[in-house]
Amino acid sequence: MSEDPRGSFEGKHEFTVIGQPLPKIDAWAKVIGETKYADDLFLPRMAYGRLLRSPHGHARVGRVDTTRARALPGVYAVITGADLPRVRFGILPVSQDEEALCTEKVRMVGDAVAAVAAVDEETAERACRLIDVEYEPLPALMSIEESLAHPEVRIHEYGDGPNVHKNVSLQFGDIEAAFARADLVREDVFFFEGNTHLPMEQHAAVAAAGPDGKLTLWSSTQTPHYVHRLLAKILETPAAHIRVVATPVGGGFGGKLDPFAHEIAACRLSQLTGRPVKIACTREEVFYIHRGRHPVLMWIKTGFTRDGDITGCHLRTWLDGGAYGSYGVASTFYTGVINPVTYKMPVYKFEGARIFTNKPPCGPKRGHGTPQPRFALECQLDKAAEQLGLDPAEMRKRILAEPFTKTANHLTVTTIGLGECIDRVVEASGWRTKWRGFRSEGASTAPSEPPPEPGRAGGARARTRRGIGIACSAYLTGAGTAVYWNNMPHSGVILRADRSGGVAVLCGATDIGQGSDSILAYLPAEILGIDPKDVHVHPADTSLTPVDLGSYSSRVTLMCGMAAIQASQRLREVIAQAVARKLEVEPGALAFRERKVGVAADWERAVPFAQAVELAETTHGVLAFAGSYAPPKRAGKYKGGGVGPSPCYSYSACVVELSVDEETGEIELHDVWIGHDLGRALNPLLAEGQIEGSVYMGIGEALMEGQIFRKGVHKNPSLLEYKSPTTLETPEIHTFLVETDDPEGPFGAKEAGQGPLLPVIPAIANAVYHAVGVRCDEVPITPEMILKGLELRRQGRPARVGPARIPVFTFKAPVVVESAFGQPADAIAVRPFQP
Amino acid sequence: MKARLSLTVNGEAHDVLVPVHKTLLEVLREDLGLTGTKHGCELGECGTCTVLVDGAPVLSCLALPVDLAGATITTVEGMAEGGRLHPLQQAFAELGAAQCGYCTPGILLTAQALLADRPSPTRQEIREALAGNLCRCTGYTKILDAVELAALRIGVPR
Repeated sequence: MSEDPRGSFEGKHEFTVIGQPLPKIDAWAKVIGETKYADDLFLPRMAYGRLLRSPHGHARVGRVDTTRARALPGVYAVITGADLPRVRFGILPVSQDEEALCTEKVRMVGDAVAAVAAVDEETAERACRLIDVEYEPLPALMSIEESLAHPEVRIHEYGDGPNVHKNVSLQFGDIEAAFARADLVREDVFFFEGNTHLPMEQHAAVAAAGPDGKLTLWSSTQTPHYVHRLLAKILETPAAHIRVVATPVGGGFGGKLDPFAHEIAACRLSQLTGRPVKIACTREEVFYIHRGRHPVLMWIKTGFTRDGDITGCHLRTWLDGGAYGSYGVASTFYTGVINPVTYKMPVYKFEGARIFTNKPPCGPKRGHGTPQPRFALECQLDKAAEQLGLDPAEMRKRILAEPFTKTANHLTVTTIGLGECIDRVVEASGWRTKWRGFRSEGASTAPSEPPPEPGRAGGARARTRRGIGIACSAYLTGAGTAVYWNNMPHSGVILRADRSGGVAVLCGATDIGQGSDSILAYLPAEILGIDPKDVHVHPADTSLTPVDLGSYSSRVTLMCGMAAIQASQRLREVIAQAVARKLEVEPGALAFRERKVGVAADWERAVPFAQAVELAETTHGVLAFAGSYAPPKRAGKYKGGGVGPSPCYSYSACVVELSVDEETGEIELHDVWIGHDLGRALNPLLAEGQIEGSVYMGIGEALMEGQIFRKGVHKNPSLLEYKSPTTLETPEIHTFLVETDDPEGPFGAKEAGQGPLLPVIPAIANAVYHAVGVRCDEVPITPEMILKGLELRRQGRPARVGPARIPVFTFKAPVVVESAFGQPADAIAVRPFQP
Repeated sequence: MKARLSLTVNGEAHDVLVPVHKTLLEVLREDLGLTGTKHGCELGECGTCTVLVDGAPVLSCLALPVDLAGATITTVEGMAEGGRLHPLQQAFAELGAAQCGYCTPGILLTAQALLADRPSPTRQEIREALAGNLCRCTGYTKILDAVELAALRIGVPR
């Protein structure tokens, strides 16, 4: 069989399962309320746990007295950090800075210091209030500026400087020479406020320790494998005696990717009480767990030729990391390394720093570190297009990156469907008739003056002005390296065929709503010629399923998909041999379809699939086959080159049309057109759903979502105060799927679940400018910002609202590497784990 | 203080002995084992825990069973009849309107109340009816599509 997973499918455009808008395999359970999320588990004798969390943003922890809590009737156990091994942990090996229950210091409001297991939640809650904790408050540092201004108040003792978690600097080519070549050099400063995932399901975990010392944890986690590894370390219990099951996740978006205090406390409490223990977090606690979008301040300097070509780009980012490391080192790199993937950017310099503050820790939210610089770059492109007198859509089309080449920072790019994405959204939105040039900057357009067509909003209120904006982006399809370095598969699948004609798929992948369970049914069904309903998917159980690293970095469809294809091909080969013997034909002549195996020209003699399985089991024995996948090793050969490589990149283009009310500053979105190059839509319905969800989330980030802190305290830790879009704020979303059939992906597929968020935010900012001539260089864009910009315009000053200055900060001397821009892509190497 | 209550849920009468301050959400999930009703905030902010009380959408996290004697309560488990899915359930599954599925029960029931009231709602009316139900996965698009499809099918039974 060919090395190319698709090579054996000559009629690949005659798929029976791939490309069909099938319901998800778990949709039926979800619409009848049968799906069991973590908090839906009720075990006999189960105790209920609660965490006691710090009310201080920064404090030394003194004596923790649990006497009164223990004495409360109905309390089974009370634990503090002293009841856990003194082990610090963190998701990244380089940032081992967390404790489940803090022993020396708390670093944010919401850090856990003790935990209780009791007969019910109410008793556990009451017991928490009876725990006496002595705190010695320390100054809480609540912003990048404060943390840098107070090196004497150290949040952590490690890092690249006082309160500096990470300081990176990379340079590819001669950046000064690149600016010298430019006709226009722009410097702009942007700020992207932090926001949170806000999954509808609050995190919950149930732990059950047995008298044999074995432990099972059911948890709403996106990464059972990493939780499994870290639990062994944290609890000092052999990993072989721990089983982690990821229950169906009620929304993740990156917020359930770390090991958390409630999971660890549930395990320890179960070990101590001999009962199953459930800890279900409240909505407020979920805001403290966080790991969401980093607030990022950005300075970006880009050189352009008069035709709009980029000569070089220099980006500086400052990330407000919050109280712990989490994925922050990766986040820091991601604010820089994906930028050169979208457009021709021959020279690139990136400097980034992540600063600790006494706020909930930031981490990987949908788009991980890339929406912030994307906002900066795409808004700057809009400004440059205006100065150069170019149509921003045409300018972008002109400078698209070249397929199958390398970027300045040595990333291999394969297929690029961005040109088609732009064409589709430009066409569908009526861009050419609606855009018709930039509004002139400054005070030349008096607000009382009737807006030029198409600035008038349907002749309704004259104070409302309509605008249209465009932006583009690229995103990775799976991180090229694991969170811990190793040479093992990133994803594994075991496929077992049984005599009924059913096929079981075992895979560690975690369905967070994106449909990974369904993908694991569709791919084997396509290859084996059976119905997805014949496939039984058993996901995310560390004692049963081969490792899949987790649902993050848009890696699952590609990586578990490739592993599933490999396992399916191995099964198919053995079945084909057995059927070929019976039919006395060559195995290669056999087709698998309609639950039969046979020769197309002689289909009457085709063997039913169940019988084919029996023939194969008779000769081969039990039919169980493994598939493995690891991405091609393409890390750039420089320090830091491990973040950014991916098997392939998705591309998106977005046009937004909106109205701005000049009296109130309110923005109303009318339509969003989004074109997304996803390689191939394995299921267009699911792909559209991912794209629509991404657009929605981008809208929230652009217009309303933001973490607000006052006097060291989270000001809006609830679903009412933390605004997110409802059906009324979410406009019609018009999705266009662009297929490029990428050689790296399963049946050509690339990601669809994160990339489409990225262009939405700058497209909105650019549309606001088109509508009212106000440049909002900060998100979320609020009515106050619009009104401030309009006021500036009235005063004849530049109508720009956004950050005015950047921190005084010294970046490291850069790692200087030759630019690899334009070099041919690395050949698609023989993948690991192929026979 | 505990109260002995008789609740009619999904057409079945249940006798429960529960603390008077226990919410309908908690009684449904913990005492009756009806975990199809989910919670997103337990403060009445997200619509996730919506059930129907005498046909009207009610946030079960704010409702007290002691107030509901004699009322007819419907949860997502009661939407299908005799193993046949409600057209809304069918449409939500077919069109991908449930991604993670966590907000789905509350949205299904809110939509059921809407269709009982207005069998052929406009898209804007659907938006308004569902404005109190947060969904973080779908961008609402497929949800609106599914309610429209269900309305169509109810109007013209297949």
